[in-house]
Amino acid sequence: MKAWLRWLILALFAIYFFGPLLSMLDFSTKKNGGGRTGAAWKALVTDEQVRHAIVQSLLLCVATVVLMLVLLVPTMVWVRLRLPRLRRLIEFLCLLPLTIPALVIVVGINGVYAWVNYFFGYSPLVLTFAYVVLVLPYSYRALDASLSSIDVTTLAEAARSLGAGWFTVIVRVVAPNLGAGILSAAFISVALVLGEFTFASLLNYQTLPVVIDLFGKSDSHVSVAASLGTIVFASLLLLLLSFAGRRSRGPKGV
Amino acid sequence: MRRTRSLVPLVGVLPFLAYLAVFLLIPTVVVIVGAFTENGTFDLGNIRALSNSATVDALRNSVVLSGSTALIGGVLGALLATVIASAPERSLLRRAVLALSGSLAQTGGVSLAFAWMATIGGTGTLTVLLQKALSVDIYGSGWLYTLHGLILVYCYFQIPLMVIVFLPAVDGLRAQWREAAETLGASRLQYLTQVAGPLLLPAFLGSLLLLFANAFAAYATAAALVSQGSPILPLMIRAALTSEIVLGQQHLAYAIALEMIVVVALVMTAYALLLRRSSRWMR
Amino acid sequence: MSTSGKGPVGVEFVDLHRHFGTVRGLDGLSLAIEPGELVCLLGPSGCGKTTALRIVAGLDHPTSGEVLVGGKDVTGVPTNKRDMGMVFQAYSLFPHLSAADNVAFGLKLRGLGARERRKRAYEMLELVGLSVHADRYPHQLSGGQQQRVALARALAFQPSVLLLDEPLSALDAKVRVQLRDEIRRVQLEVGTTTLFVTHDQEEALAISDRVGVMNAGRLEQLAAPAELYSSPASQFVAEFVGLTNRVPAQARDGRAIVLGDQEVPALAGSVAGDGLALIRPEAIAVEPDEQGTATVTQLSFRGPITQVHCELGGSELLVQMASAEAQQLTLGGRVRLVIAPAPVLVVPA
Repeated sequence: MKAWLRWLILALFAIYFFGPLLSMLDFSTKKNGGGRTGAAWKALVTDEQVRHAIVQSLLLCVATVVLMLVLLVPTMVWVRLRLPRLRRLIEFLCLLPLTIPALVIVVGINGVYAWVNYFFGYSPLVLTFAYVVLVLPYSYRALDASLSSIDVTTLAEAARSLGAGWFTVIVRVVAPNLGAGILSAAFISVALVLGEFTFASLLNYQTLPVVIDLFGKSDSHVSVAASLGTIVFASLLLLLLSFAGRRSRGPKGV
Repeated sequence: MRRTRSLVPLVGVLPFLAYLAVFLLIPTVVVIVGAFTENGTFDLGNIRALSNSATVDALRNSVVLSGSTALIGGVLGALLATVIASAPERSLLRRAVLALSGSLAQTGGVSLAFAWMATIGGTGTLTVLLQKALSVDIYGSGWLYTLHGLILVYCYFQIPLMVIVFLPAVDGLRAQWREAAETLGASRLQYLTQVAGPLLLPAFLGSLLLLFANAFAAYATAAALVSQGSPILPLMIRAALTSEIVLGQQHLAYAIALEMIVVVALVMTAYALLLRRSSRWMR
Repeated sequence: MSTSGKGPVGVEFVDLHRHFGTVRGLDGLSLAIEPGELVCLLGPSGCGKTTALRIVAGLDHPTSGEVLVGGKDVTGVPTNKRDMGMVFQAYSLFPHLSAADNVAFGLKLRGLGARERRKRAYEMLELVGLSVHADRYPHQLSGGQQQRVALARALAFQPSVLLLDEPLSALDAKVRVQLRDEIRRVQLEVGTTTLFVTHDQEEALAISDRVGVMNAGRLEQLAAPAELYSSPASQFVAEFVGLTNRVPAQARDGRAIVLGDQEVPALAGSVAGDGLALIRPEAIAVEPDEQGTATVTQLSFRGPITQVHCELGGSELLVQMASAEAQQLTLGGRVRLVIAPAPVLVVPA
């Protein structure tokens, strides 16, 4: 492709993508009578409801990442080492949430959440359980790629021959070698949880996206500010991820 | 071959299986069973209700919305993926496009609705700008909040998603294939139509299906944008779930949800088949 | 399509320069390949051999200089109009086409009918011994089979020149030797002028009519394999091709005195006065001798031959000899070294 054409296409896409983002910046700092104000952005910290929602969403991110790793890493390593025949099944199950829309799970999860609330109360943090399912396909892929790049069996056999138990093998030998995969699974999970609306809204928990939607009806300036904040935060997070950890692939051809 | 001496190793995957059973399988089974029951007995009433005109309209709108945004997003996303594929793997341009794409496609949701409200809503920046400068009214009678508006806003996450899923396929094209085609006498166009095109086609079609499923199942953006009425299936489910007037709507939600599972599952199966083919080529 | 009226053509490089920024990939390369000849460009990585080949194919462009094919300058001709068959290092087959369709690809572009294409593709696959796999896809073929298909594809449309860019480097040692001989057999059969690029000297010596040794973007020597080996034109050639000992020598009047009193002919290009003679391991004979000045330091059995390391006056010499003869040697034993009266190159010390 000709260089000028490439740059022209890039420029058009840049206008399309950054146009709305710049509009958000403009909109969120506009004063109703004219002029500029930072009130909407200030409200993100000063408004009790918004601040609480932001904190809840961030806590949800952390909780989801932790539970996802605790559930997925040992299972995947175990399957590779001891139950290779179950690999296809585990993969199928992990990718299933791509086929069953979140909305469908919400519709059917009322009964389950009645029990969850009974045991864990009504904090938004109980959403963690559903969110782990939601991030499963993406986390699985990231971890699977990472697992495939190391020789788990040899690592485990070496550790076992040195006297390590299975717990030590998984937590202290294999997991540290999955750095890149764990990192990327975690970041993608955060990006997904941060914007998750379907579960939170229909199960009535006040996470950030729910509060953004709520404010849209009264003070849309705050909603727009929070929306832009979310997009920028997630973009920076993913940009950071692209610099961290991921080893480069070998040269393509010659 | 591993020893199949005992079932003990199976214990290791039980927590995982139990977790999925509770939080994925039970809800799904509840939906499927619920779609076929009413007051605890087998009943096809809710399934039959899927053929009433409002639900059929919503299904049609959902298909139009998903199909058109998959097509627009697919073509434009593939174009953008092709352009950034020529940038070096570690270039800032590439990282930046991918990071923004991930953010829009995966975090997006409600935020994207507000992005476009701030741009072309009633007091949106572009609306005001064009009103002042050219006296053009792009807001109209609020088309942003109709099916057309949804198409525009959905493209804002469909294009980035296409970039993310299609880029690996473009990266998989080897320089040797183009050079080999050239030495064999192929012009630029012949290379595109006879080598690159056929090689990318399965990945492209597969990505279109993924985009279709993604739009078909999406809820957040539409829910934030459209507060009145239920032009598409996900919003019908919302209406059925939150309806306080008509009892028994819960089971209509089950039926619509089942309809969504069926559509998405069909599309994703076709996607998986296409992907298998293309990954065999691109090893 | 017939071969008539399209006999083999010559290829000529005229003062090719290719600069990458400040790096001189090619620094004045001139070379002529006779019609029907197989010439290998041999050299270490980064010597410019692949650049030269890609320039012939039109995949790269010289900073200055020209390439003549059949006496005509093709420097400005785009790749797809050059009529060159090319075999790449690996993975160049189109993965969505069967072996037969890959081979027929160039014929299709030239407007040949489906039946004729099919027939010709089979003939070509027959030529490389793969007609039974005509309907397989590349991912169902081994690396060696893929390269055979690539060779058939490059030759199917009867190109004026065949270009091979390290076509064996991605293969296992055994397959490499087999396929190398196969390439030469096919090339002799079709008679196409061929340029073969490799960093493997054994490969180059085994299949070429002539070998061009390259170093730092220049041609060091272009000669038939035997001549290249016996009469290297430079130190680089002598040391890159085959194993070489460096022995102190005095050169004078086309003669060189080595190991004190032994006199051998000196090659053209040798320096006069004190220098180092470059001597092949098999040009030295080792004889057990209590009065000898050298000592055996290592014996390494290699089947038919044995490698003998000798120490002489503080420097180490490598000798290759028949294993039967080497049996009379003992580790640490005193020996006498005798240089065969073949010409040697004497280079500055």
